[in-house]
Amino acid sequence: MERLDRRLGLLSSLPMAIVLLLAFLAPMLVVALFSIMPQKVFSLAHMPDFSAYSVFFAQGYYKSLLWSLGMALASTLILLVICWPLAYGMAKVFGRFTLVLTIAVVMSLFVSENIRLFGWVLTLMKGGLIEGHFRAWTGAGFDSPLYGVPIIVFGLVYVYLPFMLFPLAQGIAMVPDDTRQAAADLGANRWQVLTQIEIPLAAPGIVVGSLLSFVLAAGALAESKILGGQVVIAIADDIETAFTFGQDWPLGSALSMILIAIIGGLALFGVSRVDLDAIMGRKR
Amino acid sequence: MDTTALLRLRGVVKTFGDFTALHGIDLDIEEGEFFTIVGPSGSGKSTLIRLLVGMDEVTSGEIHLRDARIDQTPANLRPTCMVFQSLALFPHMSVGRNIEFPLKIRKEPPDRRRERALELLDLLRLPRDFYDKRISQCSGGERQRVALARALAFDPEILFFDEPLSALDYRLRKTLEKELKDLHARTGKTFVYITHSLEEAMVMSDRIAIMKEGRFEQIASADEIYGAPVSRFVAEFMGEVNLFDVTGSGDGMLTGTGLTVREGVTQSTLADGRRGLLMVRPEYVQFATDASQHDYRIDGRITAEYALGSRIQYQVAGPDGQAITVEKLREERIADPEDKEVTLGFNAERTHLIEGA
Repeated sequence: MERLDRRLGLLSSLPMAIVLLLAFLAPMLVVALFSIMPQKVFSLAHMPDFSAYSVFFAQGYYKSLLWSLGMALASTLILLVICWPLAYGMAKVFGRFTLVLTIAVVMSLFVSENIRLFGWVLTLMKGGLIEGHFRAWTGAGFDSPLYGVPIIVFGLVYVYLPFMLFPLAQGIAMVPDDTRQAAADLGANRWQVLTQIEIPLAAPGIVVGSLLSFVLAAGALAESKILGGQVVIAIADDIETAFTFGQDWPLGSALSMILIAIIGGLALFGVSRVDLDAIMGRKR
Repeated sequence: MDTTALLRLRGVVKTFGDFTALHGIDLDIEEGEFFTIVGPSGSGKSTLIRLLVGMDEVTSGEIHLRDARIDQTPANLRPTCMVFQSLALFPHMSVGRNIEFPLKIRKEPPDRRRERALELLDLLRLPRDFYDKRISQCSGGERQRVALARALAFDPEILFFDEPLSALDYRLRKTLEKELKDLHARTGKTFVYITHSLEEAMVMSDRIAIMKEGRFEQIASADEIYGAPVSRFVAEFMGEVNLFDVTGSGDGMLTGTGLTVREGVTQSTLADGRRGLLMVRPEYVQFATDASQHDYRIDGRITAEYALGSRIQYQVAGPDGQAITVEKLREERIADPEDKEVTLGFNAERTHLIEGA
């Protein structure tokens, strides 16, 4: 019976497995193969070499990668700090207001990321919504915060907030109230309850939320382009340029492979550390 | 009032909006006592214990522990500790880490913590290799002991229990009741226990408080509450009971519907015409063969027989339709009981009169 179940499981997962193989793995394979082609070729019928990878180091593309990873890390940490109280409220305190908040946050996803970012540009630019009004009323203007690294991180935090908020709220909902009360009863203060009970028990949500926002932020390019005015170049921007203006598919592929390796490694490490069954509510 | 008691409550009131859960509770709990609060759900016993451990705030009134007033002290600063109904063990920690938790909070060195945890495993008769076990690998009874060990590691002035045994099966519950009583004797700690099970209360407690609608109906020893309840509620709450409506008369004799009283049996302090309840427990009611032997007699017809294991219970319908319960040992079982006409008898010294009810 169990063997039959297993075979049925395999059979029913087959269509999805084929779709995933074709749509997901096959392009990856093509990219992987292109990454070891000589530079600026457009077919895979060449002797493989690793010249594209050497360009990564020689021409300073590693700087873009470091900026992307650094800003992704910063935005993930900021998101953790600002989403924790909000997620806590959604999971434990707000009650019916949680639904309103959920809808409000999800609604923002209905509008394209680029349009929302341009909205911020109009709001923040010199002579824009804020500075323009301020100057009209007081006569004194100030510099726009646009076109700097902090505003890019702000953009990343703003755009990827839902991807941290919801998994975190899910994680916090998994912390039983009585364990919190018991810890306090046993002498733990608010900080000790947070560090020794709530954070460890909400860990699956923290890991999933951090992974989602980090992975998305590391591959983001609109924030650095639109808000940052390319004051720093994101690695995703470099990849796009290599494939388009650069006409250098092997270089674009090599950069992609490096990004995939780093992020994929992180994701596998993170996922292996948490109980995904628990967060999906399938805990026995 | 007593001022030497370990825990003293004075006029403790708790309201939730319009609803008053506790109406001015006064209570003294002595050091080293096993004190049980019994009541049906909604009687306010859980509200009371939440106030005592600091998980809720009193609306008015005072709670004193030794020389200190504690009703405004947050839970983590009170020298008391509770075993939760759910046990509230920390699933991400091993058994040992759970037990050590209060010691870790107090920043005791790791080797001292470990030593104490192992001592507590011994005290609760758990094998020492449980130290590294996961909570999810422990059975219900083992978890119970881990929760107890964790609470004892805190070394509280008072250990509170919020119905910790109610989720367990009967046999395990019985074992743990006895272990808990034994543990109380060995540790000498003050235990305050909450339950809705009278049986649990009777087995373990030095004193029992019966709670109803946010007030104490009676606080006394188990024997006293069983034998001399102050009200119908307490009498009925403390197991099977027969209550006869009676009226006092000038000569000290009681009268009641269907009840025949033997000449000269005077026990009543009821004034002439005052009403009361005459209580007799089912085990003290006899099937009368010689009617003159009993102080009180009543005729009836057996309507049902139930086997309760070592005892047999009979339901008897009295002349006024009263349902009377009689319990006999198995060896005293009567033949062919269905619809049998019987005369029941019991003696005055086995009864208790609840006045004014």
